[in-house]
Amino acid sequence: MRLRFFGRRLAMLLASLLVASFVIFAAMYLAPGNPVAALSGGRPLPPSSLRILEARYHLNDPFLTQYWYWLRNALHGNLGVSILLRENVSTLIASRMWTTAGLVLYAALIIVVLGIGLGIVAGLRPGKLDTSALVITAVSAAIPAFVAAIALILVFAVKLGWFPALGNGTDLVSNIKHFTLPAIALAISSLGIVARVTRASVREESGREHVQTAISRGIPTRQLIRRHILRNAAIPITTISGITIASLIAVAAVVETAFSLNGLGAYLVQAAGSKDLAVVQGISLVLVLAFVVVNVLVDVMYAVLDPRVSLGSRAQ
Amino acid sequence: MPGSSQPLLDVSGLTVRLDVGGTKQAVLNDVSLVVRPGEALGLVGESGSGKSMTARAIDRLLPRGAVVEGSIRFDDNEVSALTGPPLRRFRSQVAMIFQDPRAHVNPVRRIGDFMTEALRTNLGVASDDAHERAAQMLAQVGIDHGEKRLRQYPHELSGGMLQRVMIASALLTKPRLLLADEPTTALDVTTQAEVMAILDELRRDFGLAMLFITHDLELAAAICDRTAVMYAGRIVEYRDSALLHSDPLHPYTAALAAARPDIDRTAHRLLAIPGRPLSAFEAPAGECAFAARCPHARDECRTGVPGLIELDGGATRCVRAVELRGQLGVSRHG
Amino acid sequence: MTTAVALPVLTAPRGRVLGRLKATGPAGLISATVIGLALIAAVFGPLLAPHDPNLPNLSLSFVGPTSGHLLGFDYVGRDVLSRLLVGAQSSLLGPLVVVAISITLGAVLAVTAAWRQGTFDTVVSAGLDILFAFPGILLAVLATAVFGPGLTAASLALSVAYMPYVARVLRGAALRERSQPYVAALEVQGASAPAICLRHLIPNLSPLIVAQATVTFGYAMVDLAAISFLGLGVQPPTANWGVMISENQTGIAQGYPLPALAASVCIVVVVVAINILGERLFEQA
Repeated sequence: MRLRFFGRRLAMLLASLLVASFVIFAAMYLAPGNPVAALSGGRPLPPSSLRILEARYHLNDPFLTQYWYWLRNALHGNLGVSILLRENVSTLIASRMWTTAGLVLYAALIIVVLGIGLGIVAGLRPGKLDTSALVITAVSAAIPAFVAAIALILVFAVKLGWFPALGNGTDLVSNIKHFTLPAIALAISSLGIVARVTRASVREESGREHVQTAISRGIPTRQLIRRHILRNAAIPITTISGITIASLIAVAAVVETAFSLNGLGAYLVQAAGSKDLAVVQGISLVLVLAFVVVNVLVDVMYAVLDPRVSLGSRAQ
Repeated sequence: MPGSSQPLLDVSGLTVRLDVGGTKQAVLNDVSLVVRPGEALGLVGESGSGKSMTARAIDRLLPRGAVVEGSIRFDDNEVSALTGPPLRRFRSQVAMIFQDPRAHVNPVRRIGDFMTEALRTNLGVASDDAHERAAQMLAQVGIDHGEKRLRQYPHELSGGMLQRVMIASALLTKPRLLLADEPTTALDVTTQAEVMAILDELRRDFGLAMLFITHDLELAAAICDRTAVMYAGRIVEYRDSALLHSDPLHPYTAALAAARPDIDRTAHRLLAIPGRPLSAFEAPAGECAFAARCPHARDECRTGVPGLIELDGGATRCVRAVELRGQLGVSRHG
Repeated sequence: MTTAVALPVLTAPRGRVLGRLKATGPAGLISATVIGLALIAAVFGPLLAPHDPNLPNLSLSFVGPTSGHLLGFDYVGRDVLSRLLVGAQSSLLGPLVVVAISITLGAVLAVTAAWRQGTFDTVVSAGLDILFAFPGILLAVLATAVFGPGLTAASLALSVAYMPYVARVLRGAALRERSQPYVAALEVQGASAPAICLRHLIPNLSPLIVAQATVTFGYAMVDLAAISFLGLGVQPPTANWGVMISENQTGIAQGYPLPALAASVCIVVVVVAINILGERLFEQA
């Protein structure tokens, strides 16, 4: 039962990946002018370079054949060459990948610990803490990452000097210092949503009849909360956390730019601005892949947590 | 036959007020009942009568903010104000069976986990041992392949089976009192009969006391030694179940019995009680709550809330009970 | 024996919009007012601006508030308040376009899929599920890399990225609506599918559509401001709240945070208002 669900979801996500890769590839043809102009970003190129491009991208072959070659190359790790830097895109990506990964993971940690933690506390205890939590989460949900970024820079870096304002760190400790403000900026608007959904789920589960059954049997409160409220609420909580964390992958670009971090997102933006199409395609592919992988993980968690799951997409 | 005269459950003067539309209103008024060890007491009433609320009050499952007055004594200990470990000890001696099994069983845990949770947590029984006992109990409620069922999840079982699981779970901890809150109402008729048979048989086998809540007068009379009838948050009649139909002491009981269609009789129209059943807080103050719908009401019924009058081995809350004696029964043949 | 079928009120009674707005409570009304003010700025910005928003004067770079210049000057000496007022236009216009396109496309797809059901619905649902793989910002960046920076490419990309979400929400509601008895009654009377959908189904879904449009507007505003902040959206010297934040970011470290902060506050206030209004509208829907 669950295997079928998982198999179907996996198939859908692979299809998504395929379609996305197709769109990324086809971008070459959507641009005004011919593919060569798109790849070169409108720069004038010597004939030798043009021939290299034609050969590498099989530009004289039918469209779908080109796509197939491109995809096959990508699956082998060959993502083309940056027209600007004349280096392999894969190398350029590899050097920046861990910055983005570290940032996203750090932000995810904040969201999970603070967001879910706050939500659980607010959900289990109605009262003043709950109302203030609601207000805080409503406000935080409305703060876009780049606004949070400059506010954090202003308060904590410039005025208070607790954290550095820009750039990557050099070793683990300084990395943590350099990544803290960006991680918070990235996490802030998601914090609110995760906290609210957590609170609502915990509330809802607390009111369910099966909890009454457990109470009537004299199950101690702590065990009740753990095994019957939180365990059940974990289903929607995991789903929203997963979806939220997946969305961080894209928004990281904004935070990296604001904090001058040397990550994939910032590089993507630079490449888009300087019309380095191969780099844009390569990074887009990697980011979409990461997005899909996170979604797969969410689906796995969902199937693990909810034995009722059957065919079709997870209940939203 | 019920043995010692020391009551197992002794509820006296129970009044419960809940938040209804902003203010605290009474849902139970001065409810008193007694269940002796091994005895089955039926609690019958329509919706809003307070029957479920009584069971919840006894098991301390009332919503937050409920105001409880009166006394609930279990095994001669006052339980209405217990908290913490003593409350848990009380709860392990009283088992409640709920109305909608699918809503009352945790859907993400296996049946085995559900059944053995109380055993493992409260009685410290080892997991393997507990699962074995659970499998045996499943056989007793008529579910085959117990080990396989224990590994399944609730959504894989039908409603009837789930209710049997609920009954089996309730019996596992060897409680002394069963509170059964309309255990078969959510099931289809055929399954109802099966589940009722199992419940009745096992209760007697284990010698458990039971408070059986239902809206079905006949059902209560069938498996309970005595029956109490509730209306508008009060008990209006106590009677030995055998006499409930032939010689009820309260007009409401008579009306309930008459309203049930009988396969042996032909009637021109269904006898329905005019009006609708009232909750405790809707009942007019200072008079008999049933007076507005009662065919036997007279002026004296509106002079005050009637007290319980003992009569013929039972009790009734009708001021005209002595007058109406013997006239309220429904003739079953002809 | 004839049976009268009671049909729900199918034409919007006059004043229903105002009624729904009033029903959102004080928070909803305040939010609507804030949004209204922003829209006024968007339309009349250039007329309301006290000074020329595009006139640089480097000697006034980052000068603080003075009389006649309530919010001071930006990094090249332009009046911040004027730029904010004029910037409202591009900051709100893009999201409006995104909402218009994604809601229209999403609604059409959702209603058609809900109406036809069967294979068509399965295919559409699967297609929508697949489209979920592309986060909005990513698609927008890709679009600007291909078509060049600017509001058009980014807005279109976001519309495409949002459409699956809109369609999913509306499809569920449309399915429920479709199975209502009045639809069957109308079909039996011989009404055509487009007529039923346009004149009955969609109007009955309109509270949900409006709520979804509001929420989508909020997302679009944030995403487009981010794109402009990244330099891939509205291009300088055009005034835009997102651009203003990135333009004046250097001022923060130098001790002149006001221009960047002012633009940030504008964005946050409008987004908060939209979130609150959207939430209230969803409660009603």
